[in-house]
Amino acid sequence: MKPEDINVIIATDCGSTTTKAILIEKVGNEYRQTFRGEAPTTVEAPFEDVTKGVLNSIQEIEELSGRKILDGETIIKPAQDKDGKKVGVDVYISTSSAGGGLQMMVAGAVKSMTGESAQRAALGAGAIVMDVLASNDKRLPHQKIERIRQLRPDMILLSGGTDGGTITHVVELAQYIAAADPKPRLGIGYRLPILYAGNVDAREQIKEVLEEKMDLVIAENIRPSLEKENLFPARQKIQDLFMEHVMQQAPGYKKLMEMTDTAIMPTPGAVGEIMRTIANQYNITVIGVDIGGATTDVFSVFGEIFNRTVSANLGMSYSISNVLAEATLPNIMRWIDIDMDEDDLRDRIKNKMIRPTTIPQSLAELKVEQALCREALRLSFEQHKLLAVGLKGVQRVRSISDVFDQSDSGGSHIDLMKLDLLVGSGGVLSHAPRRQQSMLMMIDAFQPQGVTQIAVDSIFMMPHLGVLAKVNPKAATEVFIKDCLIKIGTCIAPVGAAKIGEKILDYKVTLPGGKIVNESLKFGEMILHPLELGVEVEIELTPTKSFDVGGGRGKVVQTKCEGGVVGLVLDGRGRPISLPKDENERKQKIREWNSVLRIYPEK
Amino acid sequence: MAHAYTPGLRVTKETDIVKSRILPLKGKVLKKVGDLVNRNDIVAETNLPGNVSIINVVNQLGITAKEIEEFMLKKPGDPVEKGEVIAETKSYFKFLRTRVLAPSTGSIESISDVTGQVLMREPPLPVNIKAFIDGKVQSVIENEGVEVETIATYIQGIFGIGGETSGELVFLAATPQEVLDPKKINDSLAGKVVVGGSFASSEAIKAAIKHKLAGLIVGGIRDADLRDLLGYDLGVAITGHEDLGITVLLTEGFGEIAIAERTFRTLKEREGEIASISGATQIRAGVIRPEIIIPYKAGHVVQRLTHVEEELGMQVGDQIRVIRKPYFGRIGTVKSLPSGLQVVESETKVRVLEVEFADGVTAIIPRANIELIEE
Repeated sequence: MKPEDINVIIATDCGSTTTKAILIEKVGNEYRQTFRGEAPTTVEAPFEDVTKGVLNSIQEIEELSGRKILDGETIIKPAQDKDGKKVGVDVYISTSSAGGGLQMMVAGAVKSMTGESAQRAALGAGAIVMDVLASNDKRLPHQKIERIRQLRPDMILLSGGTDGGTITHVVELAQYIAAADPKPRLGIGYRLPILYAGNVDAREQIKEVLEEKMDLVIAENIRPSLEKENLFPARQKIQDLFMEHVMQQAPGYKKLMEMTDTAIMPTPGAVGEIMRTIANQYNITVIGVDIGGATTDVFSVFGEIFNRTVSANLGMSYSISNVLAEATLPNIMRWIDIDMDEDDLRDRIKNKMIRPTTIPQSLAELKVEQALCREALRLSFEQHKLLAVGLKGVQRVRSISDVFDQSDSGGSHIDLMKLDLLVGSGGVLSHAPRRQQSMLMMIDAFQPQGVTQIAVDSIFMMPHLGVLAKVNPKAATEVFIKDCLIKIGTCIAPVGAAKIGEKILDYKVTLPGGKIVNESLKFGEMILHPLELGVEVEIELTPTKSFDVGGGRGKVVQTKCEGGVVGLVLDGRGRPISLPKDENERKQKIREWNSVLRIYPEK
Repeated sequence: MAHAYTPGLRVTKETDIVKSRILPLKGKVLKKVGDLVNRNDIVAETNLPGNVSIINVVNQLGITAKEIEEFMLKKPGDPVEKGEVIAETKSYFKFLRTRVLAPSTGSIESISDVTGQVLMREPPLPVNIKAFIDGKVQSVIENEGVEVETIATYIQGIFGIGGETSGELVFLAATPQEVLDPKKINDSLAGKVVVGGSFASSEAIKAAIKHKLAGLIVGGIRDADLRDLLGYDLGVAITGHEDLGITVLLTEGFGEIAIAERTFRTLKEREGEIASISGATQIRAGVIRPEIIIPYKAGHVVQRLTHVEEELGMQVGDQIRVIRKPYFGRIGTVKSLPSGLQVVESETKVRVLEVEFADGVTAIIPRANIELIEE
């Protein structure tokens, strides 16, 4: 079916706990998401068949929409009108992260070079990377073998060496893997898939070492030369193997694969796909974050460069204790204006971990949870920045003018000043009682610089739209902009430091009716200008000489910005955000900012 | 709005329990359907491939990788003893030869003319699986393990540390509220599973380890004590592999919380019997809760069998326990179940219920923050 003939789409995302279905229909000339359904995922006993949950979630959509989609256990295709009643859909697509998603181990000759490239390839395909093995990772050979044996990955990616370079290291890694003879996580009887994407000259030796023991698949080298990273073919192969091997082991997936019109994608892989599509379509830079109960995913698209990272043990329920462990208590408490006994707080956090479905009833509990969220996001973003870097080990030809430029190879791709759109997803951000809370949590954690638009995913449909982007990009982007994103507002944050109360920015906002607001922002101050959703205004920002809003220090910036459910937030806290060192002053400031932005109810 | 699911931990006096006892790798099953098994019987066994050691032969001999085969005295598959010569340089005079010795007993796994390394594998490591509970083999999963069935008292805890163990069930607490007194723990309790009331301090747990108790069942412990005990901050709730010398099982959570009356009473009725307990907890997809299984002796006459699969909906009059602050740990009765969404103090819009506590006080609580105390 041609993309333009597709009018009705049903999409599901099989998560570890719930299966979410959405219906997308062409209304007039545009695609809109019209109905949604939800049902528990049925991968585990007593059902052990993922399609049961899928059918249940679709059934909910049938009831809500009045469209007959199922004939028993079959999806009716194509969409048609029968006796004035809507029947069937044109396409069915799905993503999956049930059963813990795709878990991989990657190996590369040099940790900071092919090791890192391999990690980026696996993460970009939607995997969780359990460990990165490298010839120079400082572990002794027997420790490496022991580690490989302990892990039970779904798949291994082996890379190493540039084409034409030395083959010793990568063959050595292959020998360790063969010696460890690791077993797959699912299915006791099948051979573990291993993808080789290293030096082409080593292929024969790799075959000799691995072919007998494992299911060896060969892809193009992910690092054909030091200057070049070629991740796409390996990512594609990882997703194919995920379908052909890993998913085959999960209960009911064979049936599900027969039902869908295109390959099932790992959920995070699909989210990455939609981010990329949007960034390309609108020519913008995007950072996206999806904070779940167990893991937090961060995506970034800066120009042609797409990166994804998963922080496997940072999340709001199952992994909440780990947020405390990694962030440490003072970093969590700095966002809160109330006192709490440390032992009591630790017990509260552990109780949330062991009873992950509970909800903060009191305001104090909500404040603690949102402080933990800020830290989980901050730590995940820091991990992302470490991986979203240029290639290391590249010899660069330097001209005399470069001598003074100290930036090394391996510099970060993330430039917060150039960031156009920050999108948040996951319960704690999408379902915060007030949108102001979501906005401030993201500003505090990511600390955007200059002018940045902030949005949340309304009902977590980014995965669905990611697969849809492969079938019909137009439908995917239309639904993303109109129904998926809730624009919260725009943050304007001058970068620099000054004394509290010192003026740092003059700003002029020209409202649609021609009315002009002329005001200034002081250091340590936050200002909220409500600006409705859909309203676009002209702004002129004049920072003082030691502050930068995107044009350089003291340089005027003229731009347009969009409103949202919260509006325009001017953040005068500097970058990095500076909090008063004195406890009482800090609490006072937090209260003041919360009050200005109307974060919490005031008694 | 997502359906508010109410987790209920099982507390059943008599139920039919089937436990899968599966090997990590394929192996040999030692029992057949119908066999009576004791908790300590081995039901299946296998061999894990032995550890691998790596010998850089070319470096030691000062040769190139391509030449390695010429200097090897052993070939892949050959058995070797620790200290045996596996490769040597050629020289007319014996004392001039450089030799490479086997670092352990095992066999030659591979010889590589690319890396110049020899991989040696130690003898296989035997692994076995015990029955864990007294019962009867209900079914055999070929080459993998068995399923053992028994009629037992079955109680799920909320969190635990340490693996499977068993022992006689002994009480050190007279009431569910009583805090465990470390002074009461002595050598006479070695190998036993002790029920300790609402709370065990770090001192009490350390005493339990010192006197070699098999297990400890209490309402709660403090997280700060847990960190102290493990030596690290437990970040993710996947437990069962801790090597503390004891299994600790919490029935309620973190902090000082009385063991639920019914749990305490049910355990008390089985005092003196053998309890099999496991602290393994996994709070992710495929939730695993720690458990206490106290099988009845063969010939036990079943009075009222409850099936674990039975699901009960929440109704007015049901006993519930609050599982989050501000009423954490309190037990009450459902007074009403308003159907619409309500806004609570945190401004979260949720489905709620009205609870009446024993002292007559009532409160509105999110349905997600309570658990049913099931019969």
